[in-house]
Amino acid sequence: MSPKPILSAFRQALGESWAGGAGALLPLGFFAGAAVLVPLGIGTEPGMLRAVGPGILWVSLALSSLVTLERIFQADVEDGALDLWLQAGAPVSAIAAAKTFAHWLTAGLPLALMSPVLALMFQAQAGIGLLTGALIYGIGGLAFFFWGGVGAALSATVRRGGLLIALIALPLYVPTAIFGSMAMRGAALGDTAPLLLAASTLFALAAAPFAMAAALRLAAD
Amino acid sequence: MGMLSAFANPHRFLALSHWLAPLFYVVGAALIAWGLWQGLWVVPKDDYQGGDIMRVMFIHVPAAWLAMASYSAMAAASFIWFIWRHELADIAAKAIAPLGAVWTVLCLATGSIWGKPTWGTWWQWDDARMMSVLFLFFLFLGYMALRAAMDSRQKAARAGAILAMVGALNVPLIKFSVDMFTSLHQDASVITADGPKMAAVYLWPLMMSGLGHSLLFGALVMTLMRAEIWTRRAARQRARLLAGA
Repeated sequence: MSPKPILSAFRQALGESWAGGAGALLPLGFFAGAAVLVPLGIGTEPGMLRAVGPGILWVSLALSSLVTLERIFQADVEDGALDLWLQAGAPVSAIAAAKTFAHWLTAGLPLALMSPVLALMFQAQAGIGLLTGALIYGIGGLAFFFWGGVGAALSATVRRGGLLIALIALPLYVPTAIFGSMAMRGAALGDTAPLLLAASTLFALAAAPFAMAAALRLAAD
Repeated sequence: MGMLSAFANPHRFLALSHWLAPLFYVVGAALIAWGLWQGLWVVPKDDYQGGDIMRVMFIHVPAAWLAMASYSAMAAASFIWFIWRHELADIAAKAIAPLGAVWTVLCLATGSIWGKPTWGTWWQWDDARMMSVLFLFFLFLGYMALRAAMDSRQKAARAGAILAMVGALNVPLIKFSVDMFTSLHQDASVITADGPKMAAVYLWPLMMSGLGHSLLFGALVMTLMRAEIWTRRAARQRARLLAGA
């Protein structure tokens, strides 16, 4: 099978999520907005903010992934692109993975890159740990996007599927959230928690595309 | 496969469940009643487990068993439906979901009631087993919500099966990750490598109560499945009548 439909789906998803949402600004704005609501809600005591900051960023990252994924496959169902892929015998799992990866590139990676700034606002120590943290958020975000993609593919034919995606995907986010926040507490890359986080992300990368493909075949019927 | 196909026949299922479900109801209720009577009035209280409040164990532990067993059963039924397309397997998965959710809530509620006087708290976030059961509950909820959102029976079956299998793939990982938290829950004490270490005076009522809950669960699943089969038949009959008229 030629890689052409995969590449074109990737490029199209990249363009869509970049152009359709004011570039990376919209997800970044949502991420930052969700995060800065927290000090307003729980108070501004520096020690407490330092303790909860990494966790707040995980929650904001999970919410941002859910918000941006809602329409990832709906357009393909509506405009017939999905039917064309299936007719042409294109590898739907690879296409779904490419699209999800494109969404992570435009809406997940920028958040990870911005996490050091938010971490500083949450009173984290400046230093190399912030960059390690960005890497950890990037790896964990990838798992969020792939499991969220399964929820998005399952609810591709459901009108207003956003809440459904959240309910489906949140239990699948648990290992990433746990390993991720443990990794942020350790914050040295060779420790167990970052390795477990990377392993669970690899598991998501391996398993989620097939679930997405099965769900998309269902959506095309 | 031969046996599976034999069970997949709805006629045979209706004939079998016609007498098996009532039997399960009666025996299950009797066993639960006996277990509760033993648990509430006969066995001595255990002061290490909070005194009289430990008697809630005779509901809590069976509920925990069923919470886990019902998700496994739902995932297995989904797998069988997804591979072999036996309609009865989907009917079973659909019937198990709400019942599994109810027993999961029962497990969480009785656990909280037990936890308040013994640990001093209704809810303990860093207890691995409480968290696992809670996420099991969310998996059931997501499954039911997804099925309800689909516009046809066939689509609901397929989407539900995919989700149940994805969930089952993730359950070991979820369990492992929450286990990495420290736990103040007592360790598993009924089934351990060197046999049960619980005193026999507690073990028997507990086992009987667990069996009773399982039978009651099975009876309820069969009743829901029978209702679903009759509903489908009624719908077909109505369609046939309308077509003939």
